[in-house]
Amino acid sequence: MVLRKARRLLFSLASLYLLVLVALAIAAPRVSPYSPTEQFLDRRFHAPGPANFLGTDNFGRDILTRILYGSRSALVVGIVTVSVALLLGGAVGLTAGMGPPALDSALMLLMDSVLSFPTILLAITIVSFMGYGLVQVMLALGIISSPIFARLIRAETLSIKTEGYIEAARALGTGPVKIVFRHIIPNIMSKVIVQCSLTFAQAVVVESSLSFLGVGIQPPAASWGLMLKDARNYLVQAPWMAIYPGLCLALTVLSFNIIGDSLSEQFNPRLNDS
Amino acid sequence: MSFIQYAAKRLLRLILTLFIISTIIFFVIRVIPGDPALIIGGVDASPSDIQAIRTKLGTDRPLSAQYAEFLWSVLHLDFGHSMISGEPVRSLILQRFPLTLTLAVLGLLIGILIAIPVGVLSAVKRWSGWDYLGLVFSQLGMAIPSFWLGILLLLLLAIKFPVFPLFGADSFISLVLPALSLGVARAAIILRHTRASMIEELSKEYVIAARAKGLPESVIRYKHALKNALLPIITIAGIEFGYMLGGAIIIEQVFSLPGLGRLFLYAIYQRDFPLIQGGVVFIAIVFSLVNFVADILYSIVNPKIRLE
Repeated sequence: MVLRKARRLLFSLASLYLLVLVALAIAAPRVSPYSPTEQFLDRRFHAPGPANFLGTDNFGRDILTRILYGSRSALVVGIVTVSVALLLGGAVGLTAGMGPPALDSALMLLMDSVLSFPTILLAITIVSFMGYGLVQVMLALGIISSPIFARLIRAETLSIKTEGYIEAARALGTGPVKIVFRHIIPNIMSKVIVQCSLTFAQAVVVESSLSFLGVGIQPPAASWGLMLKDARNYLVQAPWMAIYPGLCLALTVLSFNIIGDSLSEQFNPRLNDS
Repeated sequence: MSFIQYAAKRLLRLILTLFIISTIIFFVIRVIPGDPALIIGGVDASPSDIQAIRTKLGTDRPLSAQYAEFLWSVLHLDFGHSMISGEPVRSLILQRFPLTLTLAVLGLLIGILIAIPVGVLSAVKRWSGWDYLGLVFSQLGMAIPSFWLGILLLLLLAIKFPVFPLFGADSFISLVLPALSLGVARAAIILRHTRASMIEELSKEYVIAARAKGLPESVIRYKHALKNALLPIITIAGIEFGYMLGGAIIIEQVFSLPGLGRLFLYAIYQRDFPLIQGGVVFIAIVFSLVNFVADILYSIVNPKIRLE
């Protein structure tokens, strides 16, 4: 019981954090008096204080402002990645689940091969050949994240396909397309939503990792990973450059993970009983 | 299915996976829009310069010929020469690999040393303070990216309390923080699996039978249940080891370690395409081999899996 209450509280806190983050990301130009990219060389390495709540960086830019603009990058990458992965993985998963077994095996073998490869490495490789930047990162992440959706949606489709109501619909002459959209998709949504939340978290981490390595979002644009890349060179002078963007990143990932876990428990209470 | 049959089947799958991965890598490299020759040549290059680079890279030949040659090079582990230094890609990779491998092994060890005791304790004392602590740790471990954890460790243990060096890989001690950053992040995942596996084991009938027989609880838990619970962890550890190799790329950048990851990143910065290609294929092969070995080991300790 205590655990259930704690989980509910965590779920509320996580949702609240993400809502505030989205609101601040949208309202960033109104909230902050500073520009995220304009450099003030006379204000370099200012410690956190009344003028700059979280301090300034090696170009005299306000850290808080850059974190807010960085959240735009993170959220956009998350949304586009999840959408691409869902569409691509959904198409493959539904085809594999509804199609002939040979096609199913072939598609799953392909998906497993991609899944069996370290995400970050595949992302770096794709991005290094497509060129760096926001669009490339989102496309690469979307493609890489699709196999997990394909696997999930295929498995769910296969198990639902044999249910009585599907057979009844088929007996009544309902076509496969209508069965997919009317009966299968609504019934697999709960698990797909949970996966969306977890994939969103992963996308945010991989985007910041790529930007940290210098092959993701390019300067002077703001990204949490890019801020940490700069911070690495000034750990002694300006530790605040490294602490706050990373904290924001970790809290965002934590929130999406908590929401994913809570939803998964909500939809399937028995599964998470252990 | 006998062990030989299982191993042969698994080997066949390994070869198939490697073939598919090589094909995916080839298409990512060759078919994705963007001509490497244009990127290498830059905006000032004349058409004849571009053509010369294409000939050097072999990108002016038909795609099928390039594909055949690529597969051949993967089979031979011969990825040509670096475009920057002219050295063979294979020897460049083999020079740098030991450091990355050491880092991944240390990371895995740290991960296991944290995850298994905490996971077992969490499972045995379910819903106790210990268990909550374990749950909090695993949530935090999954949320904190390893490269930020590395930076935090540097701030704390190299700057605030200068116990460890800020840069470089001169001695074993400089590998402690990188391995810790890698290990703690992945420990969270291993911990979750250990806990779930142990809980499942403790609910099985043989545990009830052992209790009915009057065996001491400690013998039931740590002699019988633990042994069975740890079996699936072998597979998990294999997968996690692969992720350590991937994660090492970022961690080497945080700690300025001259491993495979740094080599790979420099190859990307300098557009050294043969080196990038070789690096990806090499890591893919190592990754698949590790998973193969883990599966084979698992089938030895748990023969039941061969029936599935």
